[in-house]
Amino acid sequence: MKLKINARTSEYIAKGFIWGAAMSVMIVLVAIIVYILVKGLPVINFSFLTTNPYNMGRSGGIASTIVGTIYITVVAIIIAVPFGIGTAFYLAEYTQENIITRIIRFSAESLAGIPSIIYGLFGYIFFVMYMGMGWSILAGGLTLAFMILPTIIRTSEEAIRAVPHIYREVSFSLGGTKWQTIIKTVFPSAIQGIVNGIILSIGRCIAETAAVIFTAGSVLSMPGSLFDSTRTMAVHFYILASEGISMDNAYGTAALLIIIIFLINVIVNALVNRFISKSK
Amino acid sequence: MSENNIKIEIKNFSFYYGQKQVIHDLNLKIHKNEIMSFFGPANGGVTTLLRSLNRLFELNHNTRSEGDILIDGESIFDPDASVTELRRKVGMVFEIPTPLPLSIFDNVAYGPRLNKKKSKDEINEVVEQAIKQAALWDDVSDRLRAPAMSLSGGQQQRLCIARVLALKPEVIILDRACSGLDPISTAKIEESLTKLKKQFTIVIAPHNVQQAMRISDRAAFMLMGYLVEAGADIFTHPQDQRTDDYITGRFG
Repeated sequence: MKLKINARTSEYIAKGFIWGAAMSVMIVLVAIIVYILVKGLPVINFSFLTTNPYNMGRSGGIASTIVGTIYITVVAIIIAVPFGIGTAFYLAEYTQENIITRIIRFSAESLAGIPSIIYGLFGYIFFVMYMGMGWSILAGGLTLAFMILPTIIRTSEEAIRAVPHIYREVSFSLGGTKWQTIIKTVFPSAIQGIVNGIILSIGRCIAETAAVIFTAGSVLSMPGSLFDSTRTMAVHFYILASEGISMDNAYGTAALLIIIIFLINVIVNALVNRFISKSK
Repeated sequence: MSENNIKIEIKNFSFYYGQKQVIHDLNLKIHKNEIMSFFGPANGGVTTLLRSLNRLFELNHNTRSEGDILIDGESIFDPDASVTELRRKVGMVFEIPTPLPLSIFDNVAYGPRLNKKKSKDEINEVVEQAIKQAALWDDVSDRLRAPAMSLSGGQQQRLCIARVLALKPEVIILDRACSGLDPISTAKIEESLTKLKKQFTIVIAPHNVQQAMRISDRAAFMLMGYLVEAGADIFTHPQDQRTDDYITGRFG
């Protein structure tokens, strides 16, 4: 027997399902964020942000972990962004499809799917042990740079390819060289997509635990240089919660993590929009 | 026409996309200060020919040309010739209006800025002059910093002409540049072209036969990659039956 549904009924069902899916996702997301903020916000105050943790993190604030997080993320981004964008431009503008581009793209895609703890293991063996960096911000930053490189390459390449081909033709037809065309036309048009990839990567760096524990360690004191071990906020949260040291401070750290990632999104997008509206 | 009046000379020119030949052994001379139109049905090779004049086809992979194109007696394919210089000399306006996502001013200043260092005043002057030449000044003089995308289609296309004029070219190519425009905008552009030919050599692919008749000094009819015939009286006295059929609308 064939079940017959008329067009209007199927329209209702489809609409209901799509609406329901969107709503459930939103409710779950909002619930998580609200829960963390309700638990965490009361913990956050000026001294929580400015004093170092002591007594394993049971007391004091989280100042050193904020600094450690920033250091590691900045190192990773500074290293990965130029290489990632460079590779993306190479793939999108400087070569035709051939065996080399396919190898690069396949590697990038495979690397993007590897669990971060594998990067941690690699970083531990290569940077920490072999290169003799020890547990350090540098080793952690380098490891995270490798981890986010595929994301940056892929999002940047997509953004570059999305720039209409006619823009390039116009630039060339006006006597532009390849480099001038890329700098003056392609890059400004692709920047929004490229920056989205970078924001995504910053988020991943800030949130990473496994790879960081392996490579940067989990020392609680304020890092003085790139060669010091440090503990990032995400790692701090993980240790506080998993070892039951202080759930209050764990929630405070988590709430701050959410706020920071939110702020980075808002600020960077505002900067990009200003840049775009200037160039338009 | 005397020999020294020749701006562009196309000699035994053939063009291939991969194995497919799209222009067959084409010979033609284009004079200084004339409007030369190339017309014919789609796939006739017109666009390819126009894109050969500034070597823009080189952006496509897997293309190959034979024969030669001379501008002022010098081969544009000469290995020593600079392709960026050629493209400044031979400016191109595309089929659809193609403002870059920049301001009106920056669009027109794009070409001059690529060139050697110019002072701000020089750029301002070149831009203003180019926009005036393209008959766009009255429309945009009070909003040069506005996005070029905010202009109407006809204005955008005149902006593209201004952008080419700012290069101070010698030849201007227009590839079906009026095909998406309303009759009034088209008339404005045709009017400016007739003025501009005093200073430039203009090569145009008109979007229909009527436009070719209105504005060309000479015209060339192309069919399936072959030049069927070319001349000043091609519309009144076509030599070839196929030209006659196309002009009178029996096919195409």
